[in-house]
Parts: sequence; structure tokens; C-alpha cells
Amino acid sequence: MIKDITIGQYFPGKSPVHRMDPRAKILLTAAFIVMLFVSHNIWGLLVGAAFTLVTFLISRIPLKLMFKSLKPILPIIIFTGLLNLFFIKTGEPYFKWKIFQVTDEGVSTAVFMAVRIICLIIGSSLLTYTTSPIDLTDAIERLLSPLKKIKVPVHELAMMMTIALRFIPTLIEETDKIMSAQKARGADMETGSLMKRAKALIPILVPLFVSSFRRAEELALAMECRCYHGGEGRTRMKQLHLSAVDFFAFIFTAVFFAGVIVLNILL
Amino acid sequence: MAVIKTENLTYIYGEGTPFEKRAVDNVSLEINEGEMIGVIGHTGSGKSTLIQHFNGLLKPSSGNVYIDGERLWEDKARLRQIRFKVGLVFQYPEYQLFEETCYKDIAFGPKNMGLTESEIDIRIKETAEMVGLKSELLEKSPFELSGGQKRRVAIAGVMAMRPKVLILDEPASGLDPKGREQILTMLKDYHTATKSTVMIVSHSMEDVARYADRILVMNRGALYCLDDTEKVFAKADELMAMGLSVPQITRVFARLKEMGVSFNKDVYTTPYAVKTILERLGKSV
Repeated sequence: MIKDITIGQYFPGKSPVHRMDPRAKILLTAAFIVMLFVSHNIWGLLVGAAFTLVTFLISRIPLKLMFKSLKPILPIIIFTGLLNLFFIKTGEPYFKWKIFQVTDEGVSTAVFMAVRIICLIIGSSLLTYTTSPIDLTDAIERLLSPLKKIKVPVHELAMMMTIALRFIPTLIEETDKIMSAQKARGADMETGSLMKRAKALIPILVPLFVSSFRRAEELALAMECRCYHGGEGRTRMKQLHLSAVDFFAFIFTAVFFAGVIVLNILL
Repeated sequence: MAVIKTENLTYIYGEGTPFEKRAVDNVSLEINEGEMIGVIGHTGSGKSTLIQHFNGLLKPSSGNVYIDGERLWEDKARLRQIRFKVGLVFQYPEYQLFEETCYKDIAFGPKNMGLTESEIDIRIKETAEMVGLKSELLEKSPFELSGGQKRRVAIAGVMAMRPKVLILDEPASGLDPKGREQILTMLKDYHTATKSTVMIVSHSMEDVARYADRILVMNRGALYCLDDTEKVFAKADELMAMGLSVPQITRVFARLKEMGVSFNKDVYTTPYAVKTILERLGKSV
């Protein structure tokens, strides 16, 4: 169960999507999200969906992996779908029962929203699946660097993010270990009332907090020993370059974006 | 009767993913009641994975584990009872302490067993004495104690469940030589006093040689051998070929043999070495 968490789970590969500059990927993902939200009608959205599908195919991410990242969102999709289905009162009603009624507009909005959310999740998961967390924070730092002029500590924020991402697997492993240790002492986390189960988390959370603080302190010390002093004057081992793949991706996205806008105007 | 028995036990990490790894490979073994077993093998040999099968924390990919003749995983509801029977102390167990006082932390296991307050109290006092914790420490927070004391509290937490089998993963790692010695002597005393089965996983051949009746050697997930201590260390050259070290004294005697001074017995502890040499010289101890 604990291994199912997919935050920052990078799936190594050599596809064109993997090879793109992470900055370009972030910008294009943002553009993609805008694309999904500006499309007013189902045709525009289908263009967005086609974009998602094509990018997904190019990235060669296994379908199974994608389903795994969609699974936790499923309840939200179903919930919004149901809300739209029953609470939109405009349009031709299909049937009516007491206060409940389902209209054609309700059905189309429900489908529309579901497709939009699914595309949104797939698109943004593609970003994290094809980009290593380190590349991602590097790119964020570079993209936000203009904010340094107004005294936003961009480097420090990026460093914090890198560290947080770096420690997710470590913490998961640690949690697993502590859980096993407490289970070996007969801790029961799977049965009982909600209150009982919440209480059963204490023997796991306390040691986890203690070790996180210990780790943080050790890391800070190790960084200081290596004379870390923030971003000023710091050079990078890995320079980011825009390449042909990125220009192609920009054009590709622009074409689809234009398609969405044209469809919005026409229909 | 064997208290722990495995039949063709195999465990595969990440089955069906590109990261698939056979951590335990077709291991069949029997461990008798009241034995003190040393488990050795280098990093990644599957020792820790193996011992987590003995109390049902890991489910075998194939094969069976029997505790006291009962097959594990037949009835999942019984697993908790098995965990009280086979106490497992993980590496660096002090990192699992969480209660406000040592007393309460040791009580966690017995409480989960559903024992009465008075019974729990008896057991805590008893185990605290056994692991060498002074009674005034029991009311202190475990986070105020020294590393060695914390470890004692953590080990006591498992001992207080009075398991039939006590398994410890590297119980002495990260302690200074004196602390190591104390912990291992304490475990030996516990073994003698309770006559329960004790399994110690360790990197240190010296420690294992001194305390264990039999030694289980793991190599790349497979059971290399499970035999009497002297017989295992008689194969010193094979162990060294596997990348394992043997006790220093055994190495000294191997060198002596190369130099033409051979002893007919295998030597793996210093006191025994002293005795053997004195015998050879014709002097009594």
C-alpha cells in the first residue's frame, strides 16, 4: 500500500519526451493545462485529449503506470460527474424523479468534466514520469530566477524542494521499517474503529518525526561542512540546453493550441 | 520438534517489475527449540529478508514456513499470535521507541497481547532486570537515554512478550566494543535463563563464534549451510572465498597450518585457542 505512492516517481526512458529540456516541459505542461481550460466545447476538448494521447504514446510510459496514477483521482472524477449529472437543471430532461432530474446538458457537462480531469492528470503525470525530480527543480529554479530581482529566495526554495523530493523514498522506506518493527510487537493497524486506527498511528508517527528531525540536522551539518552558502555564485554541473526536440515540441503544442482556439471561435 | 521450519522458501522483491530480485532462494531449514543460532552472510545475502518470514511480516512468494508445526499464512488472523511467539528485534531498534517513558514503551508489546496490568508490570520489571536497566530509568523518557540504554529498552520491549523464539538483527551494531560485549553477554544470559531459542544476525564472526551453537550461512539468497559452529569455521577458506571474514583467531591458526604447525581441532575463540596451545606445549591451564 505504501509503495503505491507515485509522487515524483520518475520512469527512466529515452523517448523524445524524456529528452526534452525540463524548462520546456514545464512551460508546455502549463500551456497544455490552459488549453484544456479554454476549450468551451467538446470538440476543443477532444483536440486536447488527442494531444494528451499523442504525447503519451511518444513518451512510451507503460499504460499500467498511468492507470496507477489515475486510480487515486477516480473518486473525485466520479464525484464531480455525479454532481454535474444531478444538479444541472438546464436543458432537456431525460427523466425526473422528485428533486432529481437528469438533463442532456447535465450528461454532456459530466462527460466533459471527466474527460478534462483525466487529461489534466495524464498530462501532468507525464511531466513527472518523464522528468527526474532533480531536473524538475532545476528547471523551476531557472524559470523563477527573474523573481530574484524582487528578493524572492528562488534558489533556497528550489533547494528545499530538491531535498524534500530526495527524502520521499527514504521516508517511505523508514516508515516501512518502523511499521514492521511495531507490527512485530503486535501493533494492529488494519482492524478496529477509525479512532482506534488513528491511535495505532502514534507508534509509527512519533519515531518517524524523531528520525526526520535527526536527519534534517545531520543534513544541515553536512551541507555546512561542505561550505554551502546558498545560490550566490554557485555553478552547475548540468547546464540546461534547448534542443531541436524542444522546438519541435513548441510547434507541436502551438498547432494543437491554435486548433482549440479555432474550434472555440467556430463552434 | 523443530520450532522453526521452512520448506523451499522463496521470496522475490518487486515481482513482475524490472527491479525483480530473488532475495531468498529455495531455503529449507529446521531450527530446534532452545538453540542459539548465529546468522551470517554479507550485505544483500538475504539474511534480513529471511528472518522477516519467521514471524509472518513477509509472505513467501513460494514455499512454506512452519512455526511450532503451524503453517504460517494459512489463517491470516493467527499471524498476530505468531508474532508474539516469535519476537523480532530489528536493526537499530532504538529508532522505534515512541512512548513517554521506557516503562510504557516496554509495555507496548505485552499490552497488545491483552495481558492484565499486574502481569505486564511483572514482566517489565523482570525484563528490565534481564537487560540490565536500572528501575529508575524506567520512568524516564527513552529519548533521554544513551544509545546503549535505548537499545536495551527496545530489546526489552520484545523480550517482555516472552517469545518462544527471539530473533535479533545486528543487535550490537553501532555500539562501542564494551556496549557490544554487554549486549551479547546479556543475550547469552537470557538464552541460558529462559531456555528459549535465540537467533542473532551479525556481521561479526567473533561474536557469532563465541555465542552460537549452530551457524546459518546465507549466500546470495541461498542457504549455504546450517551447521555446528566448529564445522562451519572448519570451512574457513570457503567462507573467505564468499567474501565473509572468519574470526581473527581462526585466521591465525590457518596461517600456522600453512607454516607447518597444524592443530587437529578447529579453533574459533580466543580462550579455546589458549587452551589448545597450552595443551600442545604440554602445560595445563
